[in-house]
Amino acid sequence: MTTRHDLIVIGAGLVGAACVEAAAAAGLRVAVVESGTIGGGATSAAMGHLVAMDGDAAELALCAYSRSLWERWADRPEAEFHRCGSLWIASSEEERARIPARRAELAAAGVDAEAVDPHGLYALEPSLAAGFHGGLRVPGDAVVYPPRLAWHLIADACRDGAELFAGVRAEQLTDDGVHLADGRALRGPVLVATGAALPELLPELPMRARKGQLVVTDRHAPMVRHQLIEMGYADAAHGSDAASVSFNVQPRPNGQLLIGSSREYDATDAAVSSSLLQRMLRRAFDFVPALRERRAIRAWSGFRPATPDGLPYLGAVPGRRGVWVAAGHEGLGITAAPGSARLVVDAFLGLRPALDLAPYRPDRVLRAAA
Amino acid sequence: MRVRDFEVLVVGAGPAGLAAAHAAASHGAKVGLVDAQLRAGGQVWRHDLRFGAPKRARVQIAGLAAAGIAWLGGCEIALAEDRVLHGEGADGPMSLRWRALVLATGARELLLPFPGWTLPGVTGAGGLQALAKQGWPVAGKRVLVAGSGPLLLAAAATLKRHGACVFGIHEQAGPAALRGFAARLPRWPGKLAQAAALRLKLFDVPYRSGSLVVAAHGEESLREVEIETRTGRRRIACDLLAAGWGLVPNVELARVLGCRLDDSGTHPHIAVDDDLRTSRHGVYAAGEALGIGGLDCARVEGAMAGHFAAGAPQATQALRWRRRQARAFADLLRRQFALRPRARALAAADTLVCRCEDVALSSVQAHADPRQIRLVTRCGMGACQGRVCGAALRELGLPAPSLSATATRPPIFPMRLAALAEACFHEPSQGEV
Repeated sequence: MTTRHDLIVIGAGLVGAACVEAAAAAGLRVAVVESGTIGGGATSAAMGHLVAMDGDAAELALCAYSRSLWERWADRPEAEFHRCGSLWIASSEEERARIPARRAELAAAGVDAEAVDPHGLYALEPSLAAGFHGGLRVPGDAVVYPPRLAWHLIADACRDGAELFAGVRAEQLTDDGVHLADGRALRGPVLVATGAALPELLPELPMRARKGQLVVTDRHAPMVRHQLIEMGYADAAHGSDAASVSFNVQPRPNGQLLIGSSREYDATDAAVSSSLLQRMLRRAFDFVPALRERRAIRAWSGFRPATPDGLPYLGAVPGRRGVWVAAGHEGLGITAAPGSARLVVDAFLGLRPALDLAPYRPDRVLRAAA
Repeated sequence: MRVRDFEVLVVGAGPAGLAAAHAAASHGAKVGLVDAQLRAGGQVWRHDLRFGAPKRARVQIAGLAAAGIAWLGGCEIALAEDRVLHGEGADGPMSLRWRALVLATGARELLLPFPGWTLPGVTGAGGLQALAKQGWPVAGKRVLVAGSGPLLLAAAATLKRHGACVFGIHEQAGPAALRGFAARLPRWPGKLAQAAALRLKLFDVPYRSGSLVVAAHGEESLREVEIETRTGRRRIACDLLAAGWGLVPNVELARVLGCRLDDSGTHPHIAVDDDLRTSRHGVYAAGEALGIGGLDCARVEGAMAGHFAAGAPQATQALRWRRRQARAFADLLRRQFALRPRARALAAADTLVCRCEDVALSSVQAHADPRQIRLVTRCGMGACQGRVCGAALRELGLPAPSLSATATRPPIFPMRLAALAEACFHEPSQGEV
């Protein structure tokens, strides 16, 4: 007993959910397969920071494009969209000297940013420790709550006729669809959006899990206004250290603070690492000393889906018929979800995507391996 | 930063924990007794600012030092690693290492959602009793006590003693259930005497069975309580409503330690064998955390666990029969005061079930997957981490919001970030086994 769909999306994280939304909006008959909880993987562990990440032109282009598409979701209450802006903090003169270049890079991608001198920095964020050298403010960046939005996107699509196969694993891709673990088979083109679990279905595409940890505090009067990030964050994110921490604090609209961040390759244990948690907190205290007196109510970990070059796989999977992929955004899956979905679905429909897909096509790693 | 070593570490200084500490110390073990409260006594023996603690409690608390027991008050255990617990005391972070551990973590009050239950003026029965003992003024206040079980009588007695005008105790259990309870009570003469003494203290307070609080009314705060009986509904004006629906075992620390929990009932409790051993080597448990058993049960089990933890099982022989008796009494209580289905159906679609995150019942009912509830509604994500709403939802027969199956999410209780950053975590590189 098989059913034919125009597109079978596997994985209902925010990337998968956005793909479902885009495909359904194009009038496709969509199926979505999720073995666990909708938005229950990296989507639920993520900080929910919409950020224009510079440092890599292709990554920034995707962020900027996707950030503009996020505006469609900004009014949905379930997104909890809060445009607090990002404030990158310079710890040294050297970092401060890089601000104009970063600002120019952002501007070239259509992202507004302003340099902040030390005086302005403390006017914006009085709780910062003394001695910082200024910063870079990106007012259009925002914070959101991703898992609820993922669920609503799926629920909306299902109301419009999409079919959800929940609680069942996609076991194997076939020549024309996918076999589910419960014996059912779905027929049609497949779009795999399973993040760090990608190798289960597409072992030819290299993917490593890069573990991260976060802490959330209880509610309190606001202490910071912007999402605060150290300027060295991008180096840590783009670097390949086995384990690193960098300062990243986010004010939630309800008065809670999310404190990050850490990156660990090849850690498979979901348990929170105490020593890394402590390094992360001490790093945060260096920037905002008053954090010491806030109370943690919960710490957790998640696994970022990391490709070898840090860029996601978006497009058709070479060597397979009717198999597409949207996965591997590492720490930028929330920011890049709607943009990635639109690019892949446009390409699937034979339309011309808004960005050149070349930097994101999965064949780049297969070419590199050949 | 302090690191301390104990042969027997007891968590929780209520009746079970005090008994465990004394029993273990009687064999010469080096014992530590840690509790989140500054003073020992737990919930049932909570120190009363005006009237002190009951004599049995005073003797045991005053005797801690003489027994050589290290009292570690005001330290909430927030993290657990292998053979070491971390918390923060008045002097900063503390790490407590143990060879044997007794979990006497007690129980908390079950708060059942009904329309108006979040209004100022509505509290738990045990909650208002604790507030009164801590000096919160109840004198002259018109108080209604409602819900189920013997906790209502104890709470009413305390409130009356502090000058509250308690003008009614409304027990949801019907008259037949109460008659069944009274008929069997003489099998426990001590309990019969306790019940008689309580009734005597409350001789002028009307006690209504088959009487269920269904709603609290008021704009800014409580003005009226709506009561439902077989003959209909009526509203009673009052200042405070103390609503007690029963108790729920505290199992969070046991869960983090990896102890097996018994999930067969409405609420999980710690699973132990006849020697009060949990599934984790060297970890014992006693009292309410094993399932609600009451004060006498907690004292007997605490003593047993203390003896076992100190390696003196022979000392528990005489206690085993008393434990069976006490557990049998607890079973009787549970049967006779079981919540009627009506009590579980009070919450309306718009009644909040999660106070931390303001989540209404209807939002939770939209999901069958416990983790989806949490992620989509945020129910259970607030400061209580699902302790209050989770128990209430289980009582309502709904899935409780849960974490992913594999995740443990420290800390167990909110902890200052500085303490978290400074806690002396176990480093495998130090050559420990």
